[in-house]
Amino acid sequence: MSERKVYAPAPRVQLRDAFYATKPTAWTRYLRTSLPWQLVRFAVINLRMIRIIGLSHRGRS
Amino acid sequence: MAATRVVVLGAGVAGHTAASFLRKWLGSEAEVTVVSPKPDYNWIPSNIWVGVGLLQPRQVLFPLAPVYARHGIAFRQARAVALHPEGEGDATQPFVEVESTLPGEGGLRSRVPYDFLINATGPKLAFEATPGLGPEGHSFSVCTAEHAHQAAGAFEEQVQRMKRGEHKRFLVGVGHGLCTCQGAAFEYLVNLEFELRARGVRDKAEIVYLTNEYELGDFGMDGIHIRRGGYVTPSKIFTESLFAERGIEWITRAHVQGLEPGRATYEFLDGTEGEIAFDMAMLLPPFRGVGLKALDRAGVDITDRLFAPSGFMKVDADYGAKPYEAWRAADWPRTYQSPAYPNLFAAGIAFAPPHPVSKPRQSPKGTSITPAPPRTGMPSAMIGKAVAHSIVDMIGGRPGPTHTASMAEMGAACVASAGANPFTGTAASITVFPIVPDFERYPDYGRDVRRTFGEIGLAGHWIKIVLHHLFLHKARMRPLWSLIPE
Ligand SMILES: Cc1cc2nc3c(=O)[nH]c(=O)nc-3n(C[C@H](O)[C@H](O)[C@H](O)COP(=O)(O)OP(=O)(O)OC[C@H]3O[C@@H](n4cnc5c(N)ncnc54)[C@H](O)[C@@H]3O)c2cc1C
Repeated sequence: MSERKVYAPAPRVQLRDAFYATKPTAWTRYLRTSLPWQLVRFAVINLRMIRIIGLSHRGRS
Repeated sequence: MAATRVVVLGAGVAGHTAASFLRKWLGSEAEVTVVSPKPDYNWIPSNIWVGVGLLQPRQVLFPLAPVYARHGIAFRQARAVALHPEGEGDATQPFVEVESTLPGEGGLRSRVPYDFLINATGPKLAFEATPGLGPEGHSFSVCTAEHAHQAAGAFEEQVQRMKRGEHKRFLVGVGHGLCTCQGAAFEYLVNLEFELRARGVRDKAEIVYLTNEYELGDFGMDGIHIRRGGYVTPSKIFTESLFAERGIEWITRAHVQGLEPGRATYEFLDGTEGEIAFDMAMLLPPFRGVGLKALDRAGVDITDRLFAPSGFMKVDADYGAKPYEAWRAADWPRTYQSPAYPNLFAAGIAFAPPHPVSKPRQSPKGTSITPAPPRTGMPSAMIGKAVAHSIVDMIGGRPGPTHTASMAEMGAACVASAGANPFTGTAASITVFPIVPDFERYPDYGRDVRRTFGEIGLAGHWIKIVLHHLFLHKARMRPLWSLIPE
């Protein structure tokens, strides 16, 4: 039987997968919960979703 | 003339949607009967919030009987056991054999005759596929409100211990190489992380995501590509980014072999093995069909003819075995009619998908480590409605199904909660078109990148709250319910 590798977090940040991931800047993170910007996004996302729902409700043979 | 009898097995997203529209569209000359083993409807997506203690089960459940009584739908609290699509002996009336789940009736069996039948029995939560998996083993689940409530209790206990200074490791993900529903595991993971921050104990917690996905962000859909910031970017990048930002570690390409108290072992796609110790684990089970049997008139078992080996029902899909490269969007079902019996349909998770969407992969030991196809709520409801429409038309004299709802022709809108708070919460709002990639129509990515979209923010959380209330309103069949889209 093969040896099981016991999971342990990497001791240094450079050894973690997360080190190679894209990370948001402070500005991007701020926008995510900025009230005026999110009100705009609320409208935009709803419109996008309504469009997809409309496109998907066309099933008739 | 006797009333036409339409029977719906299952009162989940697909079955309840089908039954509601059947009742709305059919006149009083038709009977609509729902057979379901539980007395309540569960708005499953909000179980995530039950699992971290933000909602109580009663906020995601409501009793079905009064709703059905008000709208003229007959309700049998029972579990379907066997289909008799040809009747029995000389009696050609098709029927379903059901077993009562009413307290005091002790599994009493009876027959429910039908002229049209919709199998919308959803998934069997196959915890037994992995030794030690599940609430009766050593991990928790959020698949039912009851499971989620148990998970919330365990979570609270860990929080209290962390408040006393202890360090804890949380393991969240999927508990088998063939699981689907990574979206739900993802939501529980990020909500758990958010709540630990809100409770002031994040620094005492290590959080690890364990998945069968080849890359993060696969979600059983082979990932999605989103146009953003001047690039077309795969969902792997966004998912890794969110995890890295929130200090969540991840283990991919893993099939959980078994759980013991506080420990999980797993096999990787490259054949190596690993193990992890944990203080609390929430790992979703793989799904199978609920195990309905089928018998012909002579009592001969014809289950293999009606159902795939997974227990899901065969419908109008192309189930021919072919290599991955030869799979096509057109293989996916459109009408959900059984090829064996024209008055039999499957809706929602209950139908057998023709093949996985994510690339199938096996370890050198032959273990399949591939997410099963996604089975989300929106297509389940749309399939339920399309099948209901076809049956209404067939009762009206049309020779075959009139409505279609192929997952390769429809899109999906999905909002994945990433933390629940009206000011600091966020959710990922995602649209994909189509759900099942169509490389003939969209050769580059299999999907239309102009319509496939994703964004994380507070607006998504507001939408998730609106959806919670809208869909519960719709399921309760309150005024104007039928105007709310699926
Ligand atoms: C935690 C979690 C979160 C999710 N979040 C989302 C989300 O945010 N968005 C989204 O789109 N999807 C989400 N999903 C997926 C969504 O819940 C499913 O796609 C949907 O519930 C499938 O509908 P269904 O009707 O096929 O099955 P179900 O909703 O599971 O319903 C099956 C019904 O059949 C009944 N039944 C079972 N056995 C029998 C039997 N033998 N006889 C008769 N009846 C039977 C059951 O009691 C139930 O009423 C989530 C899933 C989970 C587990």
